[in-house]
Amino acid sequence: MVGLLGALTAASTTHASWVDVGTFAVAAAIVLAGAVGVVVARNPVHSALMLVMTLFGIAVLFVLQRADFLAAVQVIVYAGAIVVLFLFVIMFLGVDREENIAAEPLRGQRPLAVALTALGATGLLLLGQVSAWATGAPHVAGPDTGQSNVALLGKSVYTTYLFPFEATAALLVIAVVGAVVLARRPAVAAEPVQKDRSAVAADEPGAPDPGEEARS
Amino acid sequence: MTINPDWYLALGVVLFSIGALGVLVRRNVLVMLMCVELMLNAANLTFVTFARMLHDIGGQVLVFFVLVVAAAEVVVGLGIVVAIFRRRSTATADDLHLMKG
Repeated sequence: MVGLLGALTAASTTHASWVDVGTFAVAAAIVLAGAVGVVVARNPVHSALMLVMTLFGIAVLFVLQRADFLAAVQVIVYAGAIVVLFLFVIMFLGVDREENIAAEPLRGQRPLAVALTALGATGLLLLGQVSAWATGAPHVAGPDTGQSNVALLGKSVYTTYLFPFEATAALLVIAVVGAVVLARRPAVAAEPVQKDRSAVAADEPGAPDPGEEARS
Repeated sequence: MTINPDWYLALGVVLFSIGALGVLVRRNVLVMLMCVELMLNAANLTFVTFARMLHDIGGQVLVFFVLVVAAAEVVVGLGIVVAIFRRRSTATADDLHLMKG
Protein backbone atom coordinates (compact mmCIF):
# COMPACT_ATOMS: atom_id res chain seq x y z
CA MET A 1 0.00 0.00 0.00
CA VAL A 2 2.78 2.39 0.91
CA GLY A 3 4.70 1.46 -2.20
CA LEU A 4 1.61 2.00 -4.32
CA LEU A 5 1.02 5.41 -2.79
CA GLY A 6 4.65 6.32 -3.34
CA ALA A 7 4.50 5.22 -6.96
CA LEU A 8 1.30 7.24 -7.46
CA THR A 9 2.91 10.29 -5.92
CA ALA A 10 6.02 9.91 -8.02
CA ALA A 11 3.91 9.57 -11.15
CA SER A 12 1.83 12.62 -10.29
CA THR A 13 4.76 14.84 -9.37
CA THR A 14 6.48 14.34 -12.70
CA HIS A 15 3.72 16.14 -14.59
CA ALA A 16 2.63 19.22 -12.70
CA SER A 17 -0.09 21.19 -14.40
CA TRP A 18 0.67 24.73 -15.46
CA VAL A 19 -2.02 26.06 -13.11
CA ASP A 20 -0.18 24.59 -10.14
CA VAL A 21 3.17 25.81 -11.40
CA GLY A 22 1.83 29.31 -12.01
CA THR A 23 0.12 29.51 -8.63
CA PHE A 24 3.25 28.31 -6.88
CA ALA A 25 5.45 30.77 -8.76
CA VAL A 26 3.22 33.75 -7.99
CA ALA A 27 2.76 32.76 -4.33
CA ALA A 28 6.49 32.15 -3.88
CA ALA A 29 7.29 35.53 -5.42
CA ILE A 30 4.78 37.20 -3.07
CA VAL A 31 6.24 35.37 -0.07
CA LEU A 32 9.82 36.29 -0.89
CA ALA A 33 8.99 39.90 -1.77
CA GLY A 34 7.12 40.29 1.51
CA ALA A 35 9.95 38.73 3.49
CA VAL A 36 12.55 41.01 1.92
CA GLY A 37 10.21 43.94 2.55
CA VAL A 38 9.95 43.07 6.26
CA VAL A 39 13.74 43.15 6.57
CA VAL A 40 14.49 46.27 4.53
CA ALA A 41 11.49 48.52 5.32
CA ARG A 42 12.52 51.55 7.35
CA ASN A 43 9.14 52.12 8.93
CA PRO A 44 7.92 49.36 11.32
CA VAL A 45 4.35 49.82 10.04
CA HIS A 46 5.53 49.00 6.52
CA SER A 47 7.32 45.95 7.92
CA ALA A 48 4.07 44.75 9.49
CA LEU A 49 2.15 45.22 6.23
CA MET A 50 4.86 43.34 4.31
CA LEU A 51 4.51 40.57 6.90
CA VAL A 52 0.79 40.34 6.03
CA MET A 53 1.76 39.88 2.38
CA THR A 54 4.10 37.02 3.25
CA LEU A 55 1.48 35.37 5.46
CA PHE A 56 -1.11 35.47 2.67
CA GLY A 57 1.39 33.93 0.28
CA ILE A 58 2.05 31.14 2.76
CA ALA A 59 -1.70 30.58 3.07
CA VAL A 60 -1.94 30.18 -0.71
CA LEU A 61 0.86 27.61 -0.58
CA PHE A 62 -1.05 25.78 2.18
CA VAL A 63 -4.14 25.60 -0.02
CA LEU A 64 -1.97 24.35 -2.88
CA GLN A 65 -0.84 21.48 -0.63
CA ARG A 66 -4.40 20.67 0.49
CA ALA A 67 -4.00 22.02 4.00
CA ASP A 68 -7.25 23.99 3.77
CA PHE A 69 -7.93 24.33 7.48
CA LEU A 70 -4.42 25.56 8.19
CA ALA A 71 -4.72 28.14 5.42
CA ALA A 72 -7.87 29.52 7.04
CA VAL A 73 -6.25 29.49 10.49
CA GLN A 74 -3.17 31.17 9.02
CA VAL A 75 -5.22 34.07 7.67
CA ILE A 76 -7.39 34.41 10.78
CA VAL A 77 -4.76 33.99 13.50
CA TYR A 78 -1.65 35.40 11.86
CA ALA A 79 -2.93 38.12 9.56
CA GLY A 80 -5.99 38.84 11.66
CA ALA A 81 -4.66 38.73 15.20
CA ILE A 82 -0.88 38.68 15.43
CA VAL A 83 -0.18 41.41 12.89
CA VAL A 84 -2.96 43.56 14.37
CA LEU A 85 -1.29 43.10 17.75
CA PHE A 86 2.01 44.20 16.24
CA LEU A 87 0.41 47.27 14.67
CA PHE A 88 -1.38 48.07 17.91
CA VAL A 89 1.89 48.02 19.86
CA ILE A 90 3.67 50.07 17.18
CA MET A 91 0.96 52.74 17.34
CA PHE A 92 0.73 52.53 21.14
CA LEU A 93 4.46 53.09 21.62
CA GLY A 94 4.65 55.70 18.88
CA VAL A 95 7.69 54.09 17.27
CA ASP A 96 6.29 54.42 13.76
CA ARG A 97 9.05 56.85 12.81
CA GLU A 98 11.41 56.00 10.02
CA GLU A 99 14.75 54.84 11.30
CA ASN A 100 18.12 55.24 9.69
CA ILE A 101 18.91 51.78 8.36
CA ALA A 102 22.26 52.72 6.81
CA ALA A 103 23.84 53.42 10.20
CA GLU A 104 25.32 50.31 11.77
CA PRO A 105 27.21 50.87 15.02
CA LEU A 106 28.88 47.49 15.08
CA ARG A 107 31.55 47.39 12.41
CA GLY A 108 31.52 44.28 10.26
CA GLN A 109 28.34 42.94 11.84
CA ARG A 110 26.24 43.25 8.71
CA PRO A 111 28.61 41.54 6.23
CA LEU A 112 29.22 38.81 8.79
CA ALA A 113 25.47 38.27 9.24
CA VAL A 114 24.94 38.09 5.46
CA ALA A 115 27.84 35.66 5.06
CA LEU A 116 26.67 33.40 7.87
CA THR A 117 23.09 33.35 6.61
CA ALA A 118 24.18 32.63 3.04
CA LEU A 119 26.42 29.84 4.34
CA GLY A 120 23.56 28.30 6.30
CA ALA A 121 21.11 28.51 3.39
CA THR A 122 23.62 27.02 0.95
CA GLY A 123 24.42 24.23 3.38
CA LEU A 124 20.75 23.35 3.80
CA LEU A 125 20.09 23.41 0.05
CA LEU A 126 23.17 21.26 -0.65
CA LEU A 127 22.10 18.85 2.07
CA GLY A 128 18.76 18.49 0.30
CA GLN A 129 20.55 17.81 -2.96
CA VAL A 130 22.95 15.13 -1.74
CA SER A 131 20.47 13.26 0.48
CA ALA A 132 16.74 12.70 0.77
CA TRP A 133 14.65 15.55 2.16
CA ALA A 134 12.45 13.24 4.20
CA THR A 135 13.08 9.85 5.68
CA GLY A 136 11.42 7.80 8.37
CA ALA A 137 8.22 5.88 8.73
CA PRO A 138 5.07 7.50 7.39
CA HIS A 139 1.58 6.82 8.72
CA VAL A 140 2.32 7.72 12.30
CA ALA A 141 -1.03 9.44 12.69
CA GLY A 142 -2.94 7.97 9.76
CA PRO A 143 -2.64 8.54 6.04
CA ASP A 144 -3.34 11.92 4.53
CA THR A 145 -5.80 10.61 1.97
CA GLY A 146 -9.47 9.74 1.86
CA GLN A 147 -11.17 11.94 4.42
CA SER A 148 -11.44 15.69 4.34
CA ASN A 149 -8.62 17.74 5.77
CA VAL A 150 -10.59 19.20 8.67
CA ALA A 151 -12.01 15.84 9.79
CA LEU A 152 -8.61 14.19 9.66
CA LEU A 153 -6.93 17.02 11.53
CA GLY A 154 -9.62 17.16 14.19
CA LYS A 155 -9.54 13.43 14.78
CA SER A 156 -5.77 13.47 15.05
CA VAL A 157 -5.70 16.40 17.46
CA TYR A 158 -8.25 14.80 19.78
CA THR A 159 -6.78 11.28 19.74
CA THR A 160 -3.07 11.00 18.95
CA TYR A 161 -2.10 14.51 19.98
CA LEU A 162 -4.51 14.95 22.89
CA PHE A 163 -1.86 15.55 25.55
CA PRO A 164 0.06 18.20 23.57
CA PHE A 165 -3.29 19.82 22.84
CA GLU A 166 -4.07 20.05 26.56
CA ALA A 167 -0.56 21.38 27.15
CA THR A 168 -1.19 24.23 24.70
CA ALA A 169 -4.21 25.21 26.79
CA ALA A 170 -1.91 25.59 29.80
CA LEU A 171 0.57 27.49 27.63
CA LEU A 172 -2.10 29.96 26.52
CA VAL A 173 -3.20 30.57 30.11
CA ILE A 174 0.41 31.16 31.16
CA ALA A 175 0.91 33.57 28.24
CA VAL A 176 -2.19 35.55 29.21
CA VAL A 177 -1.09 35.76 32.84
CA GLY A 178 2.41 36.77 31.74
CA ALA A 179 1.06 39.52 29.49
CA VAL A 180 -1.12 40.87 32.30
CA VAL A 181 1.80 40.84 34.76
CA LEU A 182 4.12 42.55 32.27
CA ALA A 183 1.60 45.22 31.30
CA ARG A 184 0.52 46.02 34.87
CA ARG A 185 1.73 49.33 36.27
CA PRO A 186 3.05 49.33 39.83
CA ALA A 187 0.28 50.09 42.34
CA VAL A 188 -0.05 53.77 43.26
CA ALA A 189 -0.10 54.97 46.89
CA ALA A 190 -3.85 54.64 47.42
CA GLU A 191 -3.73 51.63 49.70
CA PRO A 192 -2.47 53.27 52.99
CA VAL A 193 -5.48 55.65 53.03
CA GLN A 194 -7.85 52.74 52.70
CA LYS A 195 -6.04 50.94 55.51
CA ASP A 196 -6.25 53.97 57.84
CA ARG A 197 -9.93 54.40 57.26
CA SER A 198 -10.67 50.77 58.02
CA ALA A 199 -8.49 50.96 61.13
CA VAL A 200 -10.45 53.97 62.39
CA ALA A 201 -13.73 52.25 61.71
CA ALA A 202 -12.53 49.23 63.66
CA ASP A 203 -11.46 51.34 66.63
CA GLU A 204 -14.75 53.22 66.99
CA PRO A 205 -17.71 50.95 66.59
CA GLY A 206 -20.22 53.78 66.98
CA ALA A 207 -18.68 55.98 64.29
CA PRO A 208 -20.72 56.56 61.13
CA ASP A 209 -19.61 54.61 58.10
CA PRO A 210 -17.38 56.40 55.57
CA GLY A 211 -20.15 56.73 53.03
CA GLU A 212 -22.34 58.80 55.38
CA GLU A 213 -19.36 60.91 56.40
CA ALA A 214 -18.67 61.78 52.81
CA ARG A 215 -22.24 62.76 52.12
CA SER A 216 -22.65 65.08 55.11
CA MET B 1 -0.74 16.86 -10.61
CA THR B 2 1.14 18.88 -8.05
CA ILE B 3 4.49 20.59 -7.80
CA ASN B 4 7.59 18.73 -6.76
CA PRO B 5 7.86 19.16 -2.96
CA ASP B 6 11.52 20.11 -3.29
CA TRP B 7 10.49 23.55 -4.47
CA TYR B 8 8.45 24.14 -1.32
CA LEU B 9 11.37 23.05 0.84
CA ALA B 10 13.79 25.29 -1.05
CA LEU B 11 11.38 28.19 -0.60
CA GLY B 12 11.24 27.36 3.11
CA VAL B 13 15.04 27.46 3.33
CA VAL B 14 15.19 30.84 1.61
CA LEU B 15 12.38 32.28 3.74
CA PHE B 16 14.03 31.03 6.93
CA SER B 17 17.34 32.58 5.87
CA ILE B 18 15.73 35.94 5.16
CA GLY B 19 14.10 35.85 8.61
CA ALA B 20 17.38 34.93 10.31
CA LEU B 21 19.16 37.71 8.43
CA GLY B 22 16.52 40.16 9.62
CA VAL B 23 16.96 39.10 13.24
CA LEU B 24 20.72 39.55 12.94
CA VAL B 25 20.71 42.83 11.04
CA ARG B 26 17.78 44.89 12.31
CA ARG B 27 17.91 46.70 15.63
CA ASN B 28 14.27 47.59 16.16
CA VAL B 29 12.91 44.99 18.59
CA LEU B 30 9.47 44.91 16.93
CA VAL B 31 10.96 44.23 13.51
CA MET B 32 13.14 41.52 15.04
CA LEU B 33 10.00 39.85 16.41
CA MET B 34 8.41 40.05 12.95
CA CYS B 35 11.48 38.34 11.48
CA VAL B 36 11.06 35.56 14.06
CA GLU B 37 7.52 35.17 12.72
CA LEU B 38 9.01 34.80 9.22
CA MET B 39 11.24 31.98 10.47
CA LEU B 40 8.28 30.27 12.14
CA ASN B 41 6.34 30.50 8.89
CA ALA B 42 9.20 28.92 6.97
CA ALA B 43 9.14 26.03 9.44
CA ASN B 44 5.36 25.76 9.02
CA LEU B 45 5.73 25.56 5.25
CA THR B 46 8.23 22.71 5.53
CA PHE B 47 5.97 20.92 8.04
CA VAL B 48 3.03 21.02 5.64
CA THR B 49 5.25 19.90 2.78
CA PHE B 50 6.58 16.95 4.78
CA ALA B 51 3.01 16.06 5.78
CA ARG B 52 2.18 15.81 2.09
CA MET B 53 5.37 13.94 1.19
CA LEU B 54 4.98 11.32 3.93
CA HIS B 55 1.17 11.14 3.76
CA ASP B 56 1.01 11.89 7.46
CA ILE B 57 -1.38 14.40 8.99
CA GLY B 58 0.97 14.80 11.97
CA GLY B 59 2.89 17.53 10.16
CA GLN B 60 -0.24 19.62 9.88
CA VAL B 61 -1.07 19.04 13.55
CA LEU B 62 2.41 20.30 14.39
CA VAL B 63 1.76 23.47 12.37
CA PHE B 64 -1.36 23.93 14.49
CA PHE B 65 0.76 23.80 17.64
CA VAL B 66 3.36 26.13 16.15
CA LEU B 67 0.58 28.66 15.54
CA VAL B 68 -0.45 28.48 19.20
CA VAL B 69 3.14 28.86 20.39
CA ALA B 70 3.69 31.78 17.99
CA ALA B 71 0.63 33.55 19.37
CA ALA B 72 1.83 33.06 22.95
CA GLU B 73 5.33 34.18 22.00
CA VAL B 74 4.05 37.36 20.38
CA VAL B 75 1.84 38.20 23.36
CA VAL B 76 4.66 37.81 25.89
CA GLY B 77 7.27 39.37 23.59
CA LEU B 78 5.20 42.46 22.94
CA GLY B 79 4.41 42.67 26.66
CA ILE B 80 8.15 42.74 27.37
CA VAL B 81 8.68 45.38 24.66
CA VAL B 82 5.95 47.56 26.17
CA ALA B 83 7.42 47.15 29.66
CA ILE B 84 10.92 48.06 28.42
CA PHE B 85 9.59 51.03 26.48
CA ARG B 86 7.74 52.32 29.54
CA ARG B 87 10.93 52.23 31.59
CA ARG B 88 13.52 53.39 29.06
CA SER B 89 11.39 54.86 26.22
CA THR B 90 13.34 53.07 23.52
CA ALA B 91 12.63 50.12 21.25
CA THR B 92 16.16 49.61 19.97
CA ALA B 93 18.06 46.49 20.90
CA ASP B 94 21.39 48.33 21.10
CA ASP B 95 20.23 50.47 24.01
CA LEU B 96 19.40 47.44 26.16
CA HIS B 97 22.87 46.83 27.56
CA LEU B 98 21.93 46.88 31.24
CA MET B 99 23.38 43.40 31.84
CA LYS B 100 26.57 44.05 29.90
CA GLY B 101 29.63 43.08 31.98
